[in-house]
Amino acid sequence: MVYLGWAAYYGHLSANPLSDITNETGVWTLRFLCITLLLTPLRRVTGLNLVSGFRRMMGLYAFFYGTLHFSTYLILDRFAGLVDYPGGMISITTAKRIVASSIGDIAMRPFITIGFSAFVLMVPLAITSTKGWIRRMGGKKWAALHRLVYASAILGVVHYWWLVKADISRPQTYAAIVAVLLGARLYYKFKKSRPATARVPASAKASTDS
Amino acid sequence: MLIKKPADIRSSEITPKKLYQTRRQFIQAAGAVAGAAVGIEVLTRGAAVLHAVQPAAHGKKWPNVKPNPTFSNTNGEVKNSWEQITTYNNYYEFGVDKDQPAELSRNFKTDGWMVEVSGECAKKGKFSIDDILKGETIEERVYRHRCVEAWSMVIPWNGIPLANFIKRCEPTGKAKYIKMTTALDRKQMPGVQSDVLDWPYVEGLRMDEAMHPLTILVVGLYGEMLPNQDGAPIRLAVPWKYGFKHVKSIQKIEFVEKEPVNTWQRQAPREYGFYANVNPNVNHPRWSQATERRIGEFFMRKTLMFNGYADQVQGMYTNLDLKKYF
Repeated sequence: MVYLGWAAYYGHLSANPLSDITNETGVWTLRFLCITLLLTPLRRVTGLNLVSGFRRMMGLYAFFYGTLHFSTYLILDRFAGLVDYPGGMISITTAKRIVASSIGDIAMRPFITIGFSAFVLMVPLAITSTKGWIRRMGGKKWAALHRLVYASAILGVVHYWWLVKADISRPQTYAAIVAVLLGARLYYKFKKSRPATARVPASAKASTDS
Repeated sequence: MLIKKPADIRSSEITPKKLYQTRRQFIQAAGAVAGAAVGIEVLTRGAAVLHAVQPAAHGKKWPNVKPNPTFSNTNGEVKNSWEQITTYNNYYEFGVDKDQPAELSRNFKTDGWMVEVSGECAKKGKFSIDDILKGETIEERVYRHRCVEAWSMVIPWNGIPLANFIKRCEPTGKAKYIKMTTALDRKQMPGVQSDVLDWPYVEGLRMDEAMHPLTILVVGLYGEMLPNQDGAPIRLAVPWKYGFKHVKSIQKIEFVEKEPVNTWQRQAPREYGFYANVNPNVNHPRWSQATERRIGEFFMRKTLMFNGYADQVQGMYTNLDLKKYF
């Protein structure tokens, strides 16, 4: 956000700044989703516990950028794309036409459908991100609900993949990152479900020997 | 008898008190370092996309460029600036990002450029830019330029009718199409290292389209020699067709009997066709072509049939199903 503002101020945006804003807010949503997904495997590997608080913050940042990205679409694409404005630019008529054109667009264009789905899935996660909601739902249920973030990340990557014209190298990078991060979860789940012979602490072994 | 129970944890494994007491700070510091590393990585990556790119340096002026108002029907539409036209380019041979051609084509050498003419014509051979311009008046044509990606510009091109050059090549009766190929210079064009497109870039026109008075060979912009990022030294402008038909840095012209397969059609035949006429009623499979964003404007414009050149060109397509031949 700060970066976009800075880039705009110093004329670092391209000749099509509106498209830059759309692209950058979208890419930042994906980046924050990746950071969010990184924290749990990072704890497993390094023992660093950044999950509490920080993960919520990163998730909310992803949602924040997702919201910006969606708003950008509504304003720069849907509102500015109406071309004519009977009844004025800021009016009920215009609002209705934006809603109608957005619904039509989300239904008709697969990559928009996918991107919109990714965003909608983040909404309940953002709402239930507070401690109060964790308590009310219970840890297990809450954790199950928040696994929706996996779907959101996958859909986000597909959205990116489907919109590019020819050069898929950047969506591929994100696809690889998300695959590794979700793969790590599968790996740990698989490891956990097996009898934990190797996981007896050395000290415990030592004590049984003596 | 007392049996001494061994301690669960050996003293060597007990975390020193000091470290234990500072564990929170330790975690925070480690977190900050990790966060900073991720942050720097993403920021610099972002910077690769968004950084100021310099417009083309002003070069040699073409002498005696003659405005042609009859073929410049954009009265009242503001021309895009030199900076916009030379920093926002789709020229994949110099990178897939819009700002890459401005930077990566800077040292592209076009001295001694030759255009090779072959195929169904009498005058085959190699033509220099001087040969092509011999006896011609360079005209200024202010054309709308509509990209298939739904953005557009208004550009004052300088060039000559392609028809004039075609006549000099004396095509035979078998010449039904003209096929044009962009240079493929692996040393000077960093973008061709990637197989994002099937190089070299090929485009084509039906003979009547190629002979149409609106179709021009472009050698300049704003009265100056064409900047590299815009397709120096010679490119095509066919204003009623999408931008990708405007083949850049033309090195080969062939007169052929069969419809050539143009690069984007080869890339994605469901999305890009041979004709690529600007048509607000035929959408791209992934986005609408009904509107466009003129570079520099906030509100979109309605896209005009044949990009506003319907009066001059629709006669060529009366028997063509434009939905099928998009």
